[in-house]
Amino acid sequence: MLLSILKRTLQALVVLIGVALLIFIMLRIVPGNAIITMMGEHANPEAIERMTAELGLDKPFYVQFYTYITGALRGDFGTSYSLHVSVSSLIAQAFPNTVCLALSAAVVAWLIGIVCGIIAAIKENSLLDRLFMGFSLFGVSMPVFMVAMVLQYFFAYKLGWFDISGVSDWRGFVLPAIALGWNSAGSIARLTRSTLVEVLQEDYIDTARSKGRRRMGVILFHALRNSMLPVITMMAVQLSSLLSGAVICETIFSINGIGRLAVDAISGRDIPLLQGTILLSTALVILGNLVADCLYSVLDPRVRKGD
Amino acid sequence: MRDDQEEILTMQMDSPEDVLAEADTLKDQLKRMARQNKLAVISAVVILLFVLGAIFAPVLTPYEFDQLDVINRLAPPSAEHLLGTDELGRDVLTRLLYGSRISLLVGVVPTVISMLAGAVLGICAGYIGGKTDTVIMRLADIMLAFPSMLLAMVIMYTLGDGLINIFLALALVSWASVARIVRSETLKLRESIFVEAAKSMGVSRLKIMCRHIFPNCLPSLIVLFTLNIPSAILSESSLSFLGIGIKYPQASWGLMVNLGRQFLYTKPWLSLAPSIAIMLVVLAFNFLGDGLRDVLDPHLKDQ
Amino acid sequence: MDEAITLSVRDLSTSFFSEKGEVKAVDHVSFDVPHGSIVGLVGESGCGKSMTARSVMKLLKYPGKIVGGEILLEGRDLVPLSERDMSLIRGEEIAMIFQEPMTSLNPVTPVGKQVQEAILQHRKISREEAKKNVLHMLETVGISEPEKRYRCYPHELSGGLRQRVMIAMAMICRPKLLIADEPTTALDVTVEAQILELLRELRDTIGTSIILISHNLGVIAQLCDYVYVMYAGQVVEHAPVLELFDHPSHPYTQGLMDSVRSLRRGDERLSTIPGTVPNLLRLPQGCRFAPRCPMAREDCRSCPPELSPVGDRHLARCPYAGR
Repeated sequence: MLLSILKRTLQALVVLIGVALLIFIMLRIVPGNAIITMMGEHANPEAIERMTAELGLDKPFYVQFYTYITGALRGDFGTSYSLHVSVSSLIAQAFPNTVCLALSAAVVAWLIGIVCGIIAAIKENSLLDRLFMGFSLFGVSMPVFMVAMVLQYFFAYKLGWFDISGVSDWRGFVLPAIALGWNSAGSIARLTRSTLVEVLQEDYIDTARSKGRRRMGVILFHALRNSMLPVITMMAVQLSSLLSGAVICETIFSINGIGRLAVDAISGRDIPLLQGTILLSTALVILGNLVADCLYSVLDPRVRKGD
Repeated sequence: MRDDQEEILTMQMDSPEDVLAEADTLKDQLKRMARQNKLAVISAVVILLFVLGAIFAPVLTPYEFDQLDVINRLAPPSAEHLLGTDELGRDVLTRLLYGSRISLLVGVVPTVISMLAGAVLGICAGYIGGKTDTVIMRLADIMLAFPSMLLAMVIMYTLGDGLINIFLALALVSWASVARIVRSETLKLRESIFVEAAKSMGVSRLKIMCRHIFPNCLPSLIVLFTLNIPSAILSESSLSFLGIGIKYPQASWGLMVNLGRQFLYTKPWLSLAPSIAIMLVVLAFNFLGDGLRDVLDPHLKDQ
Repeated sequence: MDEAITLSVRDLSTSFFSEKGEVKAVDHVSFDVPHGSIVGLVGESGCGKSMTARSVMKLLKYPGKIVGGEILLEGRDLVPLSERDMSLIRGEEIAMIFQEPMTSLNPVTPVGKQVQEAILQHRKISREEAKKNVLHMLETVGISEPEKRYRCYPHELSGGLRQRVMIAMAMICRPKLLIADEPTTALDVTVEAQILELLRELRDTIGTSIILISHNLGVIAQLCDYVYVMYAGQVVEHAPVLELFDHPSHPYTQGLMDSVRSLRRGDERLSTIPGTVPNLLRLPQGCRFAPRCPMAREDCRSCPPELSPVGDRHLARCPYAGR
C-alpha cells in the first residue's frame, strides 16, 4: 500500500511539472512584450533592454524555465510586475482566505449533498426523492454569480444580517461559502443517490437481508461504504470546480483570495503573479486528488493490494 | 461435458424482467423517454424556444441591440421596455434575445470541437494503447488538474478576447474529460466479442475503431454532449462576468450581469434577468441530458 | 403423511407488476419440505424456481410481490408477517445461499466479520464469543486456517472458499431451513462435488432441511430426496427422486432427461427440447408446455391440465402422462 501511495505521489509530481511547463509556455507566447506593458510605450529602449536582462527574459526558454522552477521550489515565484512586491508574499496573504472559503463551502455542501442523496435513495421514487432531485438540478444549473448576488441582495442588503463585502470575521464567509457550495451540494446529492440506488441492487445486499439485517442496518453497514467510493472521487473533482467558483465569489464579495489575485493579474498583465496563483491552485487540486486516491485505497480493499 | 449439458438445460432467460426486455432501437428509446419523462420533453421545447428567439431576434423586437436611448436610461420594466433599459438606455429584452445567440453558440460550438477531439483521442488511447495511451492520458491528466475557470482565463489571456478565442478556450478546457470517458468505454469494447470477431477476420485497426468502437460510444457521447453544453454556457457567462471574453458592445448574458452588478441594489432586474435566462437554458439542457442518460446510458441498461 | 413438515408452501403466487402488465413468475405453487430432507426444485432458467425461493424468504425486488397463498414454517404463516418480524426469522430460522459467491459477499468487509454479523444479529453474545463461534463454524464448513481466513476479504478467496463462507454464514444460527439457490453453478466440477457433500453432511449433523434449486439434473439426483419440476411458473411434476428418474412422466421432464442421456451416450445428434420458455406475458391458453411438446394434442392447447397422480407420491400436470 505504501508503495502504491509513493507511486501515486511521483505521478502527481510529474503532472505538476507538466502543469508548470504548460503555464510557462502559454504565458510566454503572449503577443506584445510584457516589459513594454510594464514600463509604458514610450520608455527608452536602453531601459527596456536593461530591464529585460535583469528579469532574465533574454536567456533561452529552457534556462528561464529552470530558473523559475528552482526558484518556485524555494518558495520564490518572482516579483509582481504591477505591484512590485514578491509574488509569494501576495499569495501568502490571499491563500488562507481562499482555503477557508473553499473548505467551509466544501464541508457544508458535501454534508448537505450526502444526506439529501441518502434520503432520496432510500425513499426512491417518492415525492421527497423527486423534490430533492429537482432541487439539486436547480442547484447545479445556477451560475455561481447568480447565487452569490441573490444571497448578497437579500441577506446582506435587504435584511442586513451580513456585511455586504469583505471578511472581517467568520460571518463574512457565510454567504460566499453558501454561494460557492450550492453547485457542489447538488451534484454530490445526485451522485450519492444514484450510486446508493445501484449498490442497493447488489447481491450482497440480499445476503445481508437474508442474515436478518433490518433496512437501516443494511444501509448503514453494507450499502453506504460501498456507495461512498465514487463519491470520494467526485469530491476530488469538485475541489477543482470549487476553486473555479472561488474566483467569482471572491470578486463579488471582495475577498482577498487567490482567485481575485488571478483576475487582478490578468487585468494588470502581471505574468509572475498569474503564474504563481495558477500554479498554486493547480497544486491544490493535485494534492486533493492524491488524498482522495489514498482514502479510496483505505476504504476499498480491492485497490489496496492491487497495482 | 458438464458445460454442454448446462447449455442445453439452460435457456437464455434469467428472470421475469428479462422476459420484458425487448431489443430497443435508438428511436424507440427516444420515444420511450418522451413518454415517460415529461420534464425532458418540456426541456426540449424550452431549448427550441430559445433557439427560435435567437434566430428571429431582429423580428421579435423593434429595437437594435446597441440602440441607445439616453433619456430613458435605467428605466424600470414597462409596456415599452418589458424588462426595462440598462445604463445606456438599451432595451434589456432585446439584448437578452441577441445575447442568447452568443450563449447558444458558445454552448454548442466548443462542445462539438471538444467532443470530436475527445472522442478521437479517447478511442486512439484506448484501442492502440501503449505509448499513444500514455502520452494522451498524461496530457489529459495535466489538463484536468487545472481548475477549469483558471485555465480558461490563462488561455483567454494568451489568445486575447473575442468569440473565436472563447470557443477555443472552452474546447481546450473540456476535451480531456471526454477523452477519459471515451477511453474507458473503448477499453471495455475492445474486449467485447464482436471486436474480437472482427479482429480475427483481419479487419484493419482503423476500420474497427470507426465501424465498431465509435458507433458503440455514441450513446455516451450524446449524453455527454447534452451535459457539456450547459457547462460551456456557464463557463462563458462566468468569463464574461469577470470581463474576460465577450467584449462590449456585443451582448452576452454574462456581460449583462456584470454591467448590471453596479446597480444591484437599485435596479436588480438588470442582472437578474440575464441570470435567469442562463439558469433556464442550463436547467433545460441538464434535464434533457438526464432524461437521455436514463434511456441511453449503457451502464443502466446492463442492470 | 406422518413425518414432521418444516416448510409447507400452499398455492403461492408471486407476480411482477411492470408497465406491460402483470408477470406471474410463480403461479399457484405448492410444495412440502419434510424435516431433515433435501427437496429439489428443477427447471430451466426463468421457470420461477429462484422467484419461489425468494418468495419464501420474502426477499423480492421492487416490482415483485406475493399475491396469494401461504408459506407455513412449522405451521406459522410467513406471508402476513411485517418486514420487522421477517428479519427475526431470516438468518435465524431460514437462511439462504446464493448462486454467485463472487458478488454475494460485501467486497469491503473481511469475510469473518460478515459471518459474525449473522450470529450477532440473532444472539445476545459478546464479540469474543461470537468470534469463537465463527471460527468453529468456518472449520465445520471445511475452511482450513480459519484464523487467517477470518481476516481475508472476499476478493482474496477462491470461488469455492467464498461459497463455503456463505454456507458458514447461513448455518451459524443453525436454521431449520436452508435455501440453496444454484449454489454450485458458478463453481468448478470438483469444487461442486465438495460443496454438495458439505451440504449433505450439514443436513445430517445439524438436521437442517434444505431446498436445493438447480437447473442441473445431475446435482439434483446426487443430493435430493424429493424433486419438484417447474415450468413457466408452475410445478409440472413432483415425485421422490428415484421414482422421478425411473419414471419421468411429464413430457417436459422426459425432455430434460433425454437431453442429459443423449449427452452421456455421446450421440452424434443431441436431443434437445425444441423452442424456448414461453414469454410469461403471453402464456398459451391451455397447457403451457404444449407449444414445445412432442405429444401435444388438440385439447392440450385449449384447456390447462391439473396436477394428477401417476404413481406412489408421484403427480404430473399432464393428462397423457403415461409410463
